[in-house]
Amino acid sequence: MSRSGAKRWLLLGIALAAVASYFAHSPELGLNRYYLGVTIDAGIAIILAVSLNLINGHTGQFSLGHAGFMAVGGYTAAKISLLVSPAGEAAWCFPLALLAGGLLAAVAGLLVGIPSLRLRGDYLAIVTLGFGEIIRVAVQNMDSVGAASGLKGIPKYTTLGWTFGLAAFTIYVITALVNSTYGRGFIAVHDDEVAAESMGIPTTRYKVTAFVIGAFFAGIAGGLYAHHKQFLSPTGFDFLKSIDIVVMVILGGMGRTAGVVAAAVILTLLPESLRAFAEYRMISYSLLIILLMMLRPQGLFAFSRKSGGAR
Amino acid sequence: MDWLLQQSINGLGLGSIYALIALGYTMVYGVLRFINFAHSDILMLGAFAAFYLEPQVSRLLGGPESVLGAILIAALAAGLCALLGILIEFLAYRPLRQRPRLAVLITAIGVSLFIEFTAQHDKVFSAKTQFFPRLLPEHTFQWGQVFFSSTDLLVPAVTALMLGAMWFIVQKTRTGTAMRAVSFNQQAASLMGVNVNRIISFTFGLGSALAAIAGILYAMKAPGIEPLMGVQPGLRAFIAAVLGGIGNLPGAVVGGLVLGILETFLGGIPWLSSYRDGIAFAILILILLFKPAGLLGKATVEKV
Repeated sequence: MSRSGAKRWLLLGIALAAVASYFAHSPELGLNRYYLGVTIDAGIAIILAVSLNLINGHTGQFSLGHAGFMAVGGYTAAKISLLVSPAGEAAWCFPLALLAGGLLAAVAGLLVGIPSLRLRGDYLAIVTLGFGEIIRVAVQNMDSVGAASGLKGIPKYTTLGWTFGLAAFTIYVITALVNSTYGRGFIAVHDDEVAAESMGIPTTRYKVTAFVIGAFFAGIAGGLYAHHKQFLSPTGFDFLKSIDIVVMVILGGMGRTAGVVAAAVILTLLPESLRAFAEYRMISYSLLIILLMMLRPQGLFAFSRKSGGAR
Repeated sequence: MDWLLQQSINGLGLGSIYALIALGYTMVYGVLRFINFAHSDILMLGAFAAFYLEPQVSRLLGGPESVLGAILIAALAAGLCALLGILIEFLAYRPLRQRPRLAVLITAIGVSLFIEFTAQHDKVFSAKTQFFPRLLPEHTFQWGQVFFSSTDLLVPAVTALMLGAMWFIVQKTRTGTAMRAVSFNQQAASLMGVNVNRIISFTFGLGSALAAIAGILYAMKAPGIEPLMGVQPGLRAFIAAVLGGIGNLPGAVVGGLVLGILETFLGGIPWLSSYRDGIAFAILILILLFKPAGLLGKATVEKV
């Protein structure tokens, strides 16, 4: 995908989101509430998966704490909205709340990114898992955000337009970043850290940057999620949520944006259509991870490898 | 003073269990260099194996709560889990031996989730907590205001015994020498005539047997057993293994004891108690920042 291609994606995505949002939310042509909800879920999943893809795919780190960043963004945005207008009559503050959530999540990403400079592979995975858990434990003990019983009554500001507009924006920023001259550094770190270092690439700074940007978008996704579900509880951001996002990235093919987007959509819609088999859902889900790693470790949707572009 | 002593006893009991689980982690990490996420689920399966074996063994021996019965149950559960560990390694990890470590790590998470969700299914163990039968007659001792039970004594004793046994196997037997060779350099070991696959299977079996015994001890102290019972102690034990220096047997025990005691004491401070779940991870992050090789580990230099 070339850079102008990424720009086309952005424009197309935002235009589609605006049109879809107009029709979907209009009373007469409107989608059934259930389908609308699932579609917004898919959009949020796209943002989460594409942002994790920057860390796990393009940069080749392994983060198991993406749900933690999402929690930081979600709780921050929700708290701001509730403080400004508990009745939900201040939709103008929604973008500001999202931005604040994203920024605070980015700060959390910086905090996780700094120790990550010394760690690799398994250790990094465990530390990010630990950060996710620490965030969850911290939220559980904060009475101002509802502690263990959860934060209720968040105004419903999230629309189809916001979700897919921001999803398109996320895809654009991350593809454009990775395809830029600066962005080649992420791929260099992924391919061979030692070689990259000896070629003069500041690998540490690239890793931290990946964490900060990835966390920022995860925080935005968290804000969208909060104003979509209207309820947040610490258990919703546990280890399994992080695994969900990791599986989207693996299924789509680490570092392949289009594949990851497809995987995010499929993994959101599939469980909904398989409600009848709910009891076997998680069992088959875990089997899928194992089989995928054995048979197609490059990802289900990764076909040919285009040279010269973000994979 | 009494409070201090009581907390030390509680911490020692908890730490010994962490240490026992950490021994298994560290052995597998030693030969294969990856975190076996499924270790904590083997622990759960060990406890469930004991749960289902207990009535049979009681009937066989003509009465519950006998020492012989407890040993028999533990040995059978350990054997079953050892076989299961070998099977998991053979089916899930061996095909990935030459792949990047990340692929193996993800597979290990997949195996762990698979065991957890299968166990939670209604037709398997179901997700509800079940009462774990008493395996041994239990006595409670009192010393001033300090209370401790026979289980509190049993757990550290078993851990010490297992550490001794593992140290003997690794340092004094031919298989142990082969294990160290595989850990040092898999390829060179194989050129020297070591059957690498067999050694790895053996290590997995040994580690899983340790997990099963730890699971039974954990269940004896815990109020009940359920399919996710292994997750929290498993994570703590991994942290303990890193704390002591992963791959190092005495390190695992030291790490387990330090973590158990720290967690008990810090968790006992009123304003910290609700943050108990986060303490272990905070310790992990600090240790990785300041002494990434662990308390007893040696720093290694990566060669290119």
